[in-house]
Amino acid sequence: MANIISDETIEYVGILAKLELSGEEKEQAKKDMGRMLDYIDQLNELDTEGVEPMSHVFPVQNVFREDVVTNGDDHEAMLANAPERREDSYIVPMTVI
Amino acid sequence: MSREYETVIGLEVHVELATKTKIFCGCSTAFGGAPNTHVCPVCSGMPGSLPVLNRQVVEYAAAVGLATNCTITQCCKFDRKNYFYPDNPQNYQISQLYLPVCRDGKVEIETADGKKTVGIHEIHMEEDAGKLIHDEWEDCSYVDFNRSGVPLIEIVSEPDMRSADEVIAYLEKLRLIIQYLGASDCKLQEGSMRADVNLSVRPAGTSKLGTRTEMKNLNSFKAIARAVENERRRQIELLEEGRPVVQETRRWDDNKEYSYPMRSKEDAQDYRYFPEPDLPPVVISDQWLEEIRQRQPELRDEKLARYKEEYMLPDYDAKILTSSKKMADLFEETVALCQKPKKVSNWLMVETMRLLKEQEMEPEDMAFSPENLAKLIELVEAGTINGTIAKEVFELVFRDNIDPAAYVEEKGLKTENDTDALREIVEKVIADNPQSVADYRNGKEKAIGFLVGQTMKATRGKANPAVINQLLKELL
Ligand SMILES: [Zn+2]
Repeated sequence: MANIISDETIEYVGILAKLELSGEEKEQAKKDMGRMLDYIDQLNELDTEGVEPMSHVFPVQNVFREDVVTNGDDHEAMLANAPERREDSYIVPMTVI
Repeated sequence: MSREYETVIGLEVHVELATKTKIFCGCSTAFGGAPNTHVCPVCSGMPGSLPVLNRQVVEYAAAVGLATNCTITQCCKFDRKNYFYPDNPQNYQISQLYLPVCRDGKVEIETADGKKTVGIHEIHMEEDAGKLIHDEWEDCSYVDFNRSGVPLIEIVSEPDMRSADEVIAYLEKLRLIIQYLGASDCKLQEGSMRADVNLSVRPAGTSKLGTRTEMKNLNSFKAIARAVENERRRQIELLEEGRPVVQETRRWDDNKEYSYPMRSKEDAQDYRYFPEPDLPPVVISDQWLEEIRQRQPELRDEKLARYKEEYMLPDYDAKILTSSKKMADLFEETVALCQKPKKVSNWLMVETMRLLKEQEMEPEDMAFSPENLAKLIELVEAGTINGTIAKEVFELVFRDNIDPAAYVEEKGLKTENDTDALREIVEKVIADNPQSVADYRNGKEKAIGFLVGQTMKATRGKANPAVINQLLKELL
């Protein structure tokens, strides 16, 4: 395994992702991330000299909608996907006071 | 303080665009809907949903860019700004980093110290986040996605401002440009315009920038001015004590008039931007750009110059009349109806401004029609009502947009121009006030004022003072 994830990195990624990991989970996550990076590193084996970076596969541009309201109130259907709801709001754990 | 310091300020201004629908879906942007009633799979971040760009957002963004002398990026793209927070259902905000729609602009501002130019680094398009209401008892948050996906432009200035006055002048300038374009109503209190202030200080005469802080939660021009002054002092005090300024985001509490650093977890900025694969590039052709340019309305500076020239208005008056789009529109529409620019200007400058101030209203909140103001002016000009009554009637026009002609008729407020009837009243006043009559005849010109007053009283304020004056002189 070429990529070693440090304790600091996993701590930092945890903060960014708003995750609290146990010591055991951290060790597992470090291993998983290292393996993912190893896998991605294979891309570096390709010679991309002189190749224009590409962000879209299809040669499409200017796909627009007009500024017309097409969606109505559909909150029952939307809130059906909520992990938890109260009245007409989604309920989530409080992240920051 | 032992040394002189220079304050260096740059602004990030978010403006909510006045589109009917959100930036990437056909949900309404209307205010005041019940929670989650303007929400669809796109703006609630459901997997598999696809954003489609609202053309009007590009038009508004380019219009603001043109009006602020920017170069329009004719091939621009969107990027994902990744962060985890429950107001952001996708876990990324669609924004622009690499190819923002406008770059390298500038606006001219004016303060008591004179004119100067403030550079605009870039303007980019992005989506707004949802709204969270925290319930500290239950340790949870209520999420409403009605604002999620509302289109914003972020206008990033160069660090060209040096004082709170310049910051306010710059914001006023942007506000007027954008309001005139109709791209937003730019209300700070309601959050349709938001400003984050980046501020650093450095010893005067040096060129290296100091460490800056970013100040958030500024909801009024006054709060911005106070926060700038407070942060400038805080940083100078730190430096004077030999302590470093920490680069951080701070939150302004305007009630307590101080700021505090936001928690570092909240402030962790590592957005890992990458190109948005769901949105193809936006190509603004020369022709499209020209169409946008052609549609640009007359902006504030041009209007100001024209008012002075076309209507011969003094600089001060023209500035006030053009200081809000609503006021300028009302002025022009009323003038078009009655052809009396000086009179219209007077009503707006004096009575309207007085009532706005008295009732703590913004010009945008005025609801009376140019037709009714024009009618009122005609009534005064024709001598149908006098100035005192006109002011009373105007208050009702201002408040309830009443038809002044109908009101004057209904309440019997017309000036007594029936000279015969008035002559009788004047004769009676002369008979009843021999002392004043004698004074006047003995050369005390002022005595006539008392007689005019008595006549006005007898007509319950409805007579035309000029006519009374004339009758008195005739009869004495
Ligand atoms: Zn939607």
